[in-house]
Amino acid sequence: MSVTLLIEQLLNGVQLGTMLFLMASGLTLVFGVMGLINLAHGSFYMVGAYATAAVTASTGSFLVGLGAGIIAAALVGALVELIVIRRLYHRPHLDQVLATFALILIFSEGTRWIFGSSPMRLSPPSWLTGFVTLPGDTRYPIYRLMLIGVGITVSIALYFLISKTRLGMRIRAGESDREMIGALGVNISKLYTLVFALGAGLAGLAGALVGALQSVQVGMGEPVLILAFVVIVIGGIGSIKGALFGALLVGLVDTLGRVYLPIFFRTFMPPSEASGVGAALAAMLIYILMAIILAFKPKGLFSAHD
Amino acid sequence: MKKITHFGLGLLLSSSLVTAHADDVKIGMITTLSGGGSHLGVDVRDGFMLAIEQSGRDDVNVLIQDDANRPDLARSLANEFMQRDNVDILTGIIWSNLAMAVVPAAVRQGTFYLSPNAGPSDLAGRMCHENYFNVAYQNDNLHGAMGAYMREEGYERPIILAPNYPAGTDALAGFKHLYEGEVVDELYTQMGQTDYAAEIAQIRASDADSLFFFLPGGMGISFMKQWESSGVDMPIFGAAFSFDEILIKAVGSAAIGARNTSLWAYDLDNEANHRFVEGFREAYGRTPTLYAAQGYDTANLILSALDVAHPDDQGAFREALRAADFDSVRGEFRFGPNHHPIQDIYVREVVEGDDGEPTNRLLGIAVEDIQDVYFEQCQM
Repeated sequence: MSVTLLIEQLLNGVQLGTMLFLMASGLTLVFGVMGLINLAHGSFYMVGAYATAAVTASTGSFLVGLGAGIIAAALVGALVELIVIRRLYHRPHLDQVLATFALILIFSEGTRWIFGSSPMRLSPPSWLTGFVTLPGDTRYPIYRLMLIGVGITVSIALYFLISKTRLGMRIRAGESDREMIGALGVNISKLYTLVFALGAGLAGLAGALVGALQSVQVGMGEPVLILAFVVIVIGGIGSIKGALFGALLVGLVDTLGRVYLPIFFRTFMPPSEASGVGAALAAMLIYILMAIILAFKPKGLFSAHD
Repeated sequence: MKKITHFGLGLLLSSSLVTAHADDVKIGMITTLSGGGSHLGVDVRDGFMLAIEQSGRDDVNVLIQDDANRPDLARSLANEFMQRDNVDILTGIIWSNLAMAVVPAAVRQGTFYLSPNAGPSDLAGRMCHENYFNVAYQNDNLHGAMGAYMREEGYERPIILAPNYPAGTDALAGFKHLYEGEVVDELYTQMGQTDYAAEIAQIRASDADSLFFFLPGGMGISFMKQWESSGVDMPIFGAAFSFDEILIKAVGSAAIGARNTSLWAYDLDNEANHRFVEGFREAYGRTPTLYAAQGYDTANLILSALDVAHPDDQGAFREALRAADFDSVRGEFRFGPNHHPIQDIYVREVVEGDDGEPTNRLLGIAVEDIQDVYFEQCQM
């Protein structure tokens, strides 16, 4: 196998990983700080993509649309926290799962009411189309490079937010002892709303960016949500660092597995069978990875609550 | 539309609200109207109802329910339709896996089922039934026709791509059956996959001269957009499932130049089609997709058979369906011995329309009178 193909696939893996990180970081923050399992996180991803598609179509500017998508997702997130999620913190996880699953249905059907059942169009702006030639004659789309850049920027920004600011200090305090931080006079409900909106905004950003590359349609958030859950389970629930490592690991393993497993099976099987077997095994690979990691580290790689 | 709400209400309260006459005909439609991929079901329904409205008949009651693309729900809706509402005919299912959950049991209980879309190979072959009619296509038809077309056009090294599930592997098998040559490679993706960077890189690294893919619904949109930005220069081919009028508008410029096989095209020149396309645009304000055409043909086939006999007279009604004595929007249409269509498959190209939006243009016929390969396994 050629080196260029490997380089390209490594970049693809990192790119998938950074987008997964945007989803997983919100999910893991909400779980870590509030102890809430939020299945509706994928809906914020969808809201971000739809808002971006609608605003981009009416203003003609992708950047304005992107801004609108993030704000819309964060606002919807804050509203959902105020109206529904707030009542769930003291309930068992099963109630949380039921309620947030109901939210998925409401968001999906609501979106279908407003925007119709046909997929919406959202394309990258013209200045981000095309590709660059990397060393070794690898051609790589500019848009995907930009996604990697955004992912890295957001990771660094999140690191500073959490380790250097007052808000981050409170988030960390909330993670380690929820009751104590309330007793110390921190406005805990405001903090919760903020964290939830932040997570929703990040999901909206991911949805908008990925929506331009894929399709903007009802239910687009759920497949990503499943991957994001795998990421935070691997990384350790509640840990941002774990989410980052988990996302990159899942992105790389999934991408490389899809390419190299069929090629591997082809060395000793007829090609068309090898493609089928390889693809089937590649689809399971990240779950196998998750099982192996959990067997040795039941709380994930970087558990926040040891 | 009034009719639907009227009978929807009747369904909810009790059948006594609907003053049905003994010789009225009840049709139960189970189709996908919500969730991902629901534009297929919406178009089947709208095409079907357009035909009923155009016929001006008031003795045909259509009851419509949404299966949300869930096999279990489709099955319980079918039971409800058959046991509580006593429908004479069932129709509407979009997806092959849902059809497999509903159709065999329904036809065994003596209800007619007319498929406006799904055509799994089992129902064309060993599980065929005298009360089952497919008015759309057998799943292999469009893929096989594209294989034949590409061979004829002189493409020698195609690479082929589909999701790793029954309809996906069937699609590639159907393609290879009529392509009758070696393919460079076959790639399988995950079902519902949204990122195709890895596959596109493999296609680029291969020495293929053309790409054939089967990626229905949102998968096709994602793939086409990523394909355009990857800068790979290779002609692309597929079946109409990735290139209906609604999908290519969501894809945008990336779809331009793609060629696809379809059993129908909106610019097909025949009397019935003009009436359908104009009527559809007037009623719903959009250009119909092939799914709408299939719904429309299904309704017209039923209406043509009702002119001959009531479904209670099973033998006569079945014979009338088998005769397929209606004006199909796709031109010639007849049934094979397994009640699946023998029909021409057309090639269309995606071009930029007058309004700057991508649209399909008819190029010609890919294969005349195509028939599925399963009819020999069918014993009725």
